[in-house]
Amino acid sequence: MVRALLLAFALCLSLSGADAQTADQSPPETLQTVLQRHADEVANPGRRSVSVVIEDLVASGQPNVATFLERWQDKGVFQRSSDGLFFYAKRQGSEYALTDMSTGDSAGTAAADMITEIRPNGGVRRVIGAALVQFQLSDPDPARRVAALDAISRSPDADQIEPLRASIDGEQDPELKRRKERLAGHLRARFGETTEDRIDAISALSSDLDVATRSVLNLILTTTSEVAAKLPEGVNVARVLKVGSDIPEAEAYARLVAADLAPRPVSDDEIKAALTANIREGRVGGLPVGQLGSRESRENAYDALAAQGAVPARVTAEIRTAALSSNVFYDAYADRDPQVTDAARTALDEVEARVARYQMIDIGMDALSLASIYFLAAIGLAITFGVMGVINMAHGEFIMMGAYTGYVVQLFIPDYTISLLVALPLAFAVTFGAGVAMERLVIRHLYHRPLETLLATFGISIALQQLAKNIFGTQARPLTSPGWLDGAWVINDVVQIANIRIAIFVLALIFLGLILFVLKRTRLGLEVRSVTQNPGMAASMGINPDRINMLTFGLGSGIAGIAGVAIGLYAKVTSEMGADYIVQSFMTVVVGGVGNVWGTLAGASLIGGLQKGIEWFNPSNTLAAQTYMILFIILFIQFRPKGIVALKGRAAGD
Amino acid sequence: MSTLLELSGVSVSFDGFRAINNLSFQIGEPELRAIIGPNGAGKTTFMDIITGKTRPDEGRVIFGEKSVSLLKMSESQIARSGIGRKFQKPTVFEAQTVRENLAMALSNPRGPFDVLLYRKTPTGARRIEEIAAEIGLTDHLTRRSGELSHGQKQWLEIGMLLAQDPRLLLVDEPAAGMTPAEREHTTDLLKRAAATRAVVVVEHDMEFVRRLDCKVTVLNEGSVLAEGSLDHVTKNQDVIDVYLGR
Amino acid sequence: MKQGFLSKNPSVLWFLAALGFFTLCVTVLSEAAGIGLISTSFVKTLGKTLCLCLVAVAMDVVWGYCGILSLGHFAFFGIGGYAIGMWLMYARTEIIVVKSLSAAAIPPTPEEITASVGQQIFGVVGATDFPWLWAFADSLFLQLLMVVLVPGLLALVFGWLAFRSRVTGVYLSILTQAMTLALSLYLFQNDSGLRGNNGLSGLQNIPGFEQTPQALISVWFFWASALALALGYVLFAWVVSGKMGSVVRGIRDNESRVRFLGYHVETYKLFVFTLTAVASGIAGALYYPQAGIINPAEIAPIASIYLAVWVAIGGRGRLYGAVLGAALVSLLSSWFTGGGAPNIPLGFYTIQWTDWWLVLLGLSFVAVTLFFPKGIGGLFDLIVRKGDQK
Repeated sequence: MVRALLLAFALCLSLSGADAQTADQSPPETLQTVLQRHADEVANPGRRSVSVVIEDLVASGQPNVATFLERWQDKGVFQRSSDGLFFYAKRQGSEYALTDMSTGDSAGTAAADMITEIRPNGGVRRVIGAALVQFQLSDPDPARRVAALDAISRSPDADQIEPLRASIDGEQDPELKRRKERLAGHLRARFGETTEDRIDAISALSSDLDVATRSVLNLILTTTSEVAAKLPEGVNVARVLKVGSDIPEAEAYARLVAADLAPRPVSDDEIKAALTANIREGRVGGLPVGQLGSRESRENAYDALAAQGAVPARVTAEIRTAALSSNVFYDAYADRDPQVTDAARTALDEVEARVARYQMIDIGMDALSLASIYFLAAIGLAITFGVMGVINMAHGEFIMMGAYTGYVVQLFIPDYTISLLVALPLAFAVTFGAGVAMERLVIRHLYHRPLETLLATFGISIALQQLAKNIFGTQARPLTSPGWLDGAWVINDVVQIANIRIAIFVLALIFLGLILFVLKRTRLGLEVRSVTQNPGMAASMGINPDRINMLTFGLGSGIAGIAGVAIGLYAKVTSEMGADYIVQSFMTVVVGGVGNVWGTLAGASLIGGLQKGIEWFNPSNTLAAQTYMILFIILFIQFRPKGIVALKGRAAGD
Repeated sequence: MSTLLELSGVSVSFDGFRAINNLSFQIGEPELRAIIGPNGAGKTTFMDIITGKTRPDEGRVIFGEKSVSLLKMSESQIARSGIGRKFQKPTVFEAQTVRENLAMALSNPRGPFDVLLYRKTPTGARRIEEIAAEIGLTDHLTRRSGELSHGQKQWLEIGMLLAQDPRLLLVDEPAAGMTPAEREHTTDLLKRAAATRAVVVVEHDMEFVRRLDCKVTVLNEGSVLAEGSLDHVTKNQDVIDVYLGR
Repeated sequence: MKQGFLSKNPSVLWFLAALGFFTLCVTVLSEAAGIGLISTSFVKTLGKTLCLCLVAVAMDVVWGYCGILSLGHFAFFGIGGYAIGMWLMYARTEIIVVKSLSAAAIPPTPEEITASVGQQIFGVVGATDFPWLWAFADSLFLQLLMVVLVPGLLALVFGWLAFRSRVTGVYLSILTQAMTLALSLYLFQNDSGLRGNNGLSGLQNIPGFEQTPQALISVWFFWASALALALGYVLFAWVVSGKMGSVVRGIRDNESRVRFLGYHVETYKLFVFTLTAVASGIAGALYYPQAGIINPAEIAPIASIYLAVWVAIGGRGRLYGAVLGAALVSLLSSWFTGGGAPNIPLGFYTIQWTDWWLVLLGLSFVAVTLFFPKGIGGLFDLIVRKGDQK
């Protein structure tokens, strides 16, 4: 340890004084000359002697010391017998190709018996390795330093603590410095020399969140499953297991067998094999073969064979129970020090509690972005369904049309940012047009026949979906988001949110504002609301309900198109993508309450939040999450048939 | 004449608007009663409360000799216990014949299996004939009711109420859109019906109310403004204020 | 009673006669009878079509007569299929397993058989144990009971909840669609206990009839389907006639009027909804042994919407309309998508019907809704009225 400190000190000196030293020397010192000073130690390194060499090498400030150490450690350094010089060598056929250490130039070849391979033993290699780590940790190239840190995190051990600590002070990069400090903490927690030191390091860890810290704590808390007749002394017991509740009986017995504390059970297959092997004249163990079609008779026959000594005896239930009850099953910490494991447990609990809190926030963010998507998908529907009382089953296909518009625009405009800026209004225009056409051609004739509107628009939905399949094929088409939307906003190791989702959230907010503005503050909105409330009266006041219906429907469809672009950016563009959203969109509208923008917002938040919430309980199974969510919605409708934001009284008009 | 229906202290509000405000009302059996009032006086809501369509926020609604509360009963239970209602707009089943309409209304067991296994009886047929004669639709029994004139539909609906054999009949604007001759017929119909049961008629048309010649209740802003003969209430200063405005 | 009912409804008699004649023709012309003018696979297609007609009749009753546009009846159909499929798959696998185990020196134990059957059936989703759903799978009788009970109970509970809270019109449609979606999503899971998206397969092999040729089995199932359709048709024709029909159509046209007449509308709706769900389940139980395979995609919400499409095209509010619509559209559909229809070369583009059939169907559906709200059945009215005028 003292040696390592000295070494570090020397290294710091060497890094600062390297240039000056080389300039002063004449004739110039090379790696070779330094090595030749310690030729014997280099050729036959011992654990003690090697440190002298390394110190001298470090002190020499030669630029390629690190490379040499690496080669030395990897048995890549050879000594030529003729002159005792050292080379790097590589086998080429029967000869070795030699490389000069300082210049890297070829230094001719040598026959195998002309050179000696230098083979440092394990202890020496470790010393070299530690020195090497020191070198890498202080390497002027930050990439090398990062690589060294990565290497330490991959295979940490006690020897690395000192070099790592020593390199912290000289570190200029604040990010790397923080990482070094954290890594040093991890190493100290695991390999610290004294209990106090470790506990100190462990309690410092409890303020961290990252995966590495958690895995360090988990490593300290590693347990092994043990079983013994009596709880042994001197073992750091994590917990004692109760058979039946903490550990299934079969597993507990298997442990007993593995620990040679109980006889191996005879499995059904072994019974069968033993019986088959012992069939004599159509009988086994006194029973005719034909009667062996049940477990009980097979066991009886086997017991008869065992009584004859032909097979080992079966482990009966009594033996089993007795064995289980006369032994203790426990989990023991691999770490013997209970103070350390207690501290680690406390720290881990703290870290996990904090992680859980942040995960809640993360889920909340996820739910928010999902809610924005549902809001975007549903708001157009809410306008047509709520304001006009028209069910548009083709709404999903308008979303799809918007997404394909984005895809086609990208085919023509390679710059993703510009193409996105073109695609958004274009998608609005395309679906606005489609919506107006559909209203004029079909829906206009079906007002006041809501179920038939549902069916007719469904027909359009089938046709549009198949049409998209015919044009664009069945495989998913990419709608690539611009580079600035690719990253994620990382708040800490647990909470991060993709930029694209933030963008969709912002888009949803913009549309919320825009729609509220259009409906509440513009002439069109006024006319829409008046037509909604009393078409006859509105018509008599000079408002053309036909025009208003057409525009409303166009608006709702146009927003679907924009939602399509937004959805396409983070999901795949397929001809069936609309169908994936239509039921959710309808439920958003229905749950929220019809005819109300705020209702749609509430519905989207509820459904988005609910879906993420359920996924949190059962993260592996999104299908189940959706199933449960729909069931919840069905139940929700029972209690609030008019949705969250319900109109009451006569205005509800039932 | 005993009290058949009694409302006391009934209030209901929609989104803060008090449609019915501490309303109390009584009707005996048999009795004919007309209810008048300006628009928004709460006439339709009053009927909604009795028939169970709207639940009041407070108050009691008690029906019959046993004084059962109507507040806990569903619309169909209330209808079965003897309250029939005619809507403002004629609502008959236009796709079905007049006979089918009347047959559906006949007071027979209402359970689905009773209905499924229902067989036509001579009594039932006779009752349908009687009612058809009463409402003047004997010649139209096999016609689809959608083909009837507006007035005939109103009568058919009243006929359906009669077929239900209710003890209390609630009739919302029966004379709306009728020719004078039809009105006269309707008046007779209601008067005859009221001979054996309680009938409440909501009407705008004062002439029609006058011809009914019965006690009148004036509703305004969800409560009773005046009650008595038509001549009595039309002399009431409050009523004049409400109708003419001040 | 039935006598009187039938004599008052001649169209039912006509329908039964036509169905009987059709059944006879198919039987005589099938491969089983030796003539073989109709291939076995086409007999199966026709048998399946009859099952679809039955579920369409049920749909017509619930929608065309009672006004509930249910987008869930194909889910009940699928449940019926799954219920019978479980027995078919279990029993057949058991026979195979017993045969292979009996080659061993020692006769197999019941546990071995169950374990091996479980391995065979659920190996594909990485499980071996029987889920609780399969508790009755070894009994044909109990699974047949499930065919009726499961759709019936589901419809009863769902309908009770929905009707009780007065969910009507498009809201109800969307709610039933949500139910269907939830069910199909559930079945898509591997741990649903019904083999996830693999579904149940090999259902065309009827346990105990391994030696019987498929040609004969297909005719049996055709007969069973025809019988089910006939019984279902008569039952529903009876339900929608007379006073019950009056009330049910009244609910469709003006629910609150019926309520104020003293009928408990919710009970009636529940009755119709549940009865039609049971009929759909039975139709499904007859359909899938002929199809041979059932998987969750079959009961996706789209299938229930197609069912509505058939009924709308055939003509709502008349039972023969539903039969016509279902038969016509489903047969046309398999003709077009099966490559039976000739492609139309336009020079610059060739219309391939496998691609364009759905476009045609969708658009013609719009056209029917817009211009022929009474569907094909409405054409009969025109003919009958013309006949009257002569």
